[in-house]
Amino acid sequence: MAKSDKALVWGLFAAGGTVTAFVTPVLVVLTLLPALGVLPDVLTYDSLRAFADATLGRLAIVAIVVLSLWHAAHRLRITLHDFGVRADYAVAVVVYVAAAVGSLAAGWYALAL
Amino acid sequence: MSQRLVELEVLRFNPETDAEPTFQRYAVECPEEWVVLDALNHIKETVDPTLSYRWSCHMAVCGSCGMMINGEPKLSCKSFLRDYEGVIRVEPLAHFPIQRDLVTVIDDFVTKLKRVKPYLVAGEARPVEAGEYRQTPAQLKTYKQYTLCINCMLCYAACPEYGLEPKFIGPAAISLAHRYNLDSRDAGREARQQEIAATEGVWECSFVGACSEVCPEHVDPAGALQQVKIKSTLDWFREHLMPWRRT
Amino acid sequence: MTVKPYVRAVPRYTWFLAHSRYLRYITREVTCVFIGAYAFLMLVGLKRLAEGREAWEAFVQALASPASLVFHVAVLAFALYHTTSWFNVTPKAMPIQLGDGFVPGRVIVGAHYAIWIVLSLAVLILAGVF
Repeated sequence: MAKSDKALVWGLFAAGGTVTAFVTPVLVVLTLLPALGVLPDVLTYDSLRAFADATLGRLAIVAIVVLSLWHAAHRLRITLHDFGVRADYAVAVVVYVAAAVGSLAAGWYALAL
Repeated sequence: MSQRLVELEVLRFNPETDAEPTFQRYAVECPEEWVVLDALNHIKETVDPTLSYRWSCHMAVCGSCGMMINGEPKLSCKSFLRDYEGVIRVEPLAHFPIQRDLVTVIDDFVTKLKRVKPYLVAGEARPVEAGEYRQTPAQLKTYKQYTLCINCMLCYAACPEYGLEPKFIGPAAISLAHRYNLDSRDAGREARQQEIAATEGVWECSFVGACSEVCPEHVDPAGALQQVKIKSTLDWFREHLMPWRRT
Repeated sequence: MTVKPYVRAVPRYTWFLAHSRYLRYITREVTCVFIGAYAFLMLVGLKRLAEGREAWEAFVQALASPASLVFHVAVLAFALYHTTSWFNVTPKAMPIQLGDGFVPGRVIVGAHYAIWIVLSLAVLILAGVF
């Protein structure tokens, strides 16, 4: 038997799982605050632009979005299989294409900033 | 020794006469100190000699008396009656075909075990004069935990992914491959990777973790499989993105 | 005489209801829906930011809606489940051997939680929440 290329998507899944485990909760808290009537400084246009205009800040934004997408995409593929959806190939194409399109879009918006 | 009336509900199946398995209930007086396997032996000796099941050592070493006890994969020689209340339900190990009563067909596991070469594969031939293959205590410690596997197949009965996808090589076989891959004397990793890094290998695992929860020898197959995934992923990136580092 | 072994089918749609450990597992897997939804929200936010001040301020306005609150509370609950389930198994995936022994699992798990808490507090402070 031949070695599987699933290693590629699993690698992105695992990297994304680690990144989202560390940062997603605190980011959710930040974007939740406006609904409670609090606007953290970082969510004002000028502050966030300043953050995103720094190369490191912009890279961090793109990395978090891209890795979150690939983590969710790969785990969704497994989850659908667990729920009894047997069209694994079709599911894989849909979720990975969605993650790839989202990744390209994130890169595009970051360049357009 | 205090006696207790133990009620066992055992899944029976006779392939010559039955279309499907049915439960049969037995009630026997047993000492409190007994294990489920003792109760089964007592039933076979005094009530029903047709009851079939596998066992050998009665001390959690041979790995042949695995059964579902109240829905949990267990070694029946290690399952004390005092830990159970009411009727105890005994079934053959899940995910394996039933041969007869509690006896399952284990050919699938045995075939997979052979595929992963669970033995030391020598690298370069060494003359006898070169002496033993020496190993430090630290090198031994690296893989020692995985040598404790007794091939009892409880992990296969616990693993839902094996139940859903029987082609999956499964927890114990991949853990044993990992055990030899980690051994400083071994040179067989690349040959094993052809099996365990394939689609039917470690990638069918979704890290449910049930295998490690039921392992009677605390081998932690789930940990072994995640380590195999990480190493196989590093291999993949080396082979596809860094061709100059291909070994 | 040939005898045919009896094969028990695994219930394809309901197998995870059979045991509490399977339910814990499937809950962990479902967190991906929420992580994915939040990734999509971040992507939209990035687009609005790239479109300029007006678009971004409309986006922040939308974040203040009750629907956004419900969405965020749900995502936060599942994100926290993802974080704990991810950290708790790190010693299995990445055991650290020191000489003849292994670093205890609780040290590896504890280090992840410590870094996570410090990082989260740092983000909140730098974001101007405190």
